[in-house]
Amino acid sequence: MGLIIHQEKIDQAAAEKLVELCPFNAITYDGKLSIGPACKMCKMCVKKGPEGAVTFEEESVIVCNKDEWRGVAVFAEQRDGKIHPVSLELVGKAKELAAVTGHPVLVVLIGSKIKDAAEQLLHYGVDRVYLYDDPSFKDFVISPYANAFTDFIEKIKPSSILVGATSLGRSLAPKVAARVHAGLTADCTMLEMKENTDLVQIRPAFGGNIMAQIVTPNTRPQFCTVRYKIFSAPEKCAPSGEIINMAVSPEMLSGNTEVIKTVKKPAEIDISDAEIIVAVGRGLKTKEDLTLAEKLADALGAQLACTRPLVEAGWFDAKRQIGLSGRTVKPKLIIALGVSGSVQFAAGMQNSDRIIAVNIDKDAPIFKFAHVGFIGDLYEIVPNLLQRIEEGKHV
Amino acid sequence: MKIIVCVKQVPGTSNVEVDPVTGVLKRDGSNVKLNPYDLFALETAFRIKEDIGGSITALSMGPAAATSSLLETVYMGADSGVLLSDRLFAGADVQATSYALKCGVEKIGGYDLILCGKQTTDGDTAQVGPELAEQLGIEHAANVMSIDEIGEDFVTVTVNLDSVYQTQKMKLPCLLTIEKDACTPRLPSFRRKMNTDKDVVQIYTAEQLENVDQTRCGLKGSPTQVERIFPPKAGGERELFEQDSQTQGETLYDILSAAKFV
Repeated sequence: MGLIIHQEKIDQAAAEKLVELCPFNAITYDGKLSIGPACKMCKMCVKKGPEGAVTFEEESVIVCNKDEWRGVAVFAEQRDGKIHPVSLELVGKAKELAAVTGHPVLVVLIGSKIKDAAEQLLHYGVDRVYLYDDPSFKDFVISPYANAFTDFIEKIKPSSILVGATSLGRSLAPKVAARVHAGLTADCTMLEMKENTDLVQIRPAFGGNIMAQIVTPNTRPQFCTVRYKIFSAPEKCAPSGEIINMAVSPEMLSGNTEVIKTVKKPAEIDISDAEIIVAVGRGLKTKEDLTLAEKLADALGAQLACTRPLVEAGWFDAKRQIGLSGRTVKPKLIIALGVSGSVQFAAGMQNSDRIIAVNIDKDAPIFKFAHVGFIGDLYEIVPNLLQRIEEGKHV
Repeated sequence: MKIIVCVKQVPGTSNVEVDPVTGVLKRDGSNVKLNPYDLFALETAFRIKEDIGGSITALSMGPAAATSSLLETVYMGADSGVLLSDRLFAGADVQATSYALKCGVEKIGGYDLILCGKQTTDGDTAQVGPELAEQLGIEHAANVMSIDEIGEDFVTVTVNLDSVYQTQKMKLPCLLTIEKDACTPRLPSFRRKMNTDKDVVQIYTAEQLENVDQTRCGLKGSPTQVERIFPPKAGGERELFEQDSQTQGETLYDILSAAKFV
């Protein structure tokens, strides 16, 4: 399988076109065309190059029997018996996905003394909860967790597996995916199901300016991770599913890591849980001007957040950064002041219920996804708004 | 202590665009840099070496041009670099990438510790490190904030697990992905640069690595496939206001007030 260069069809002009076309500068020409290791197999040369100059040779691939793999499974993350909200959001998505193929919604739950948590999951419309309950699973230790997860996959054979992209999920999912030779797509922002049970996974790629639609066409299971607050948790319903206790063997619990202690992080401001956010970007001219944004945040009972450049400028702690390399937020309202709206930023907040943007540049990308946009000077609009809010209090 | 640090050369900017009409990816390949997250893994390795001695090899997969990034790691303090470069590796997803790196690690051989950055700035998956560990049959810890103690056959680390910090003792060999800001990375040293022989970076093709299963490399070895790429969509109901600032302030107030935010 691969790209075949048909040298006989390549003259100087064709070569120049191909060299120009390759977005990764992988094609070189010195009387003979060659494709180097910078190639990313985007096949642009095949699709857009001179007809027949470079072709892609498909090799016959072995497709697994997809019918043997049934169910959309969610790894439910818990600590001290408390289910992480991202897991419930994934259950909500899993129900939508499973409805397309008529597959059951499954949950794998690993922990210690987690019967109640398992019961709770049934209230969200899960068909079956597979429970690995053992004192050794109290803390997250990589090998025992990976062993239990693998045991679930081998015995139950779920078609798709969704894992929350938390620190734990991002550590555990790749370990297990590598073990069962499964395709894994990180940080999906959209998921769809094809009728043939292929999971369509969409995520920002190449730094975020492009969306990539990814499938795992030939193998099962198909694994993906999804960030917190991308999807919505389902409504509670009358429980109808069942809990299945899975056997935990001593071999499952062996490993080379021993937890010495866990320390709760001190309570701190977490913008990912905020209901209202005022976000500021490079439209703010000086650090002193933050007072303006702070006043608005106070008036609205909002958390203050920012874009990456302001963290890099040292104006904000990284914990307040929204975006692909910061936090994902899903507030009821976000007001973006002087934020241009890069795709990276958008990825961290585009699922907010209501997005209001103020920006002086009418071409700012943020106006493409803000629900309400104000093209104007934040240094005038915000004081006017604050004054109006102040007046409103006295009416 | 024999340490391998996995690094990647990434685009210098994220200014990548798709032409919405032709679907052609526009990318400036000349502007590249060492993945910023890798600097923390490198610095962690340098400090371990300074404390207890040992050797550091930087390992990467990519085009021949990635040699410059490996040289940079040597100017900072690595002893040598290894680059896996072959068209066979092209189009690799997380699994095929970690497989190629596994072959590279085995070629280097006899390691005690593998360090990776927590993620890259281009792929952003944070998953190659843990998959590499599994392929090698060793344990890993992700998001390591500090190395608290290191001995001949163990390392004690504190990891960031979102709601808690967990301190754990791990047997060597193992793989750690180092959290951003775990330490302050050093700059490349000019003196080291002057004293470095360019052939300190060894380049291997797939054939030069031993026992490489070609069906597990590149596009062929990748279970996931990119079906299509497209520019992020902008859609839905949009309202734009472009009046004077007084009216805009009023309008904004009315919207907030109607939705009961004020």
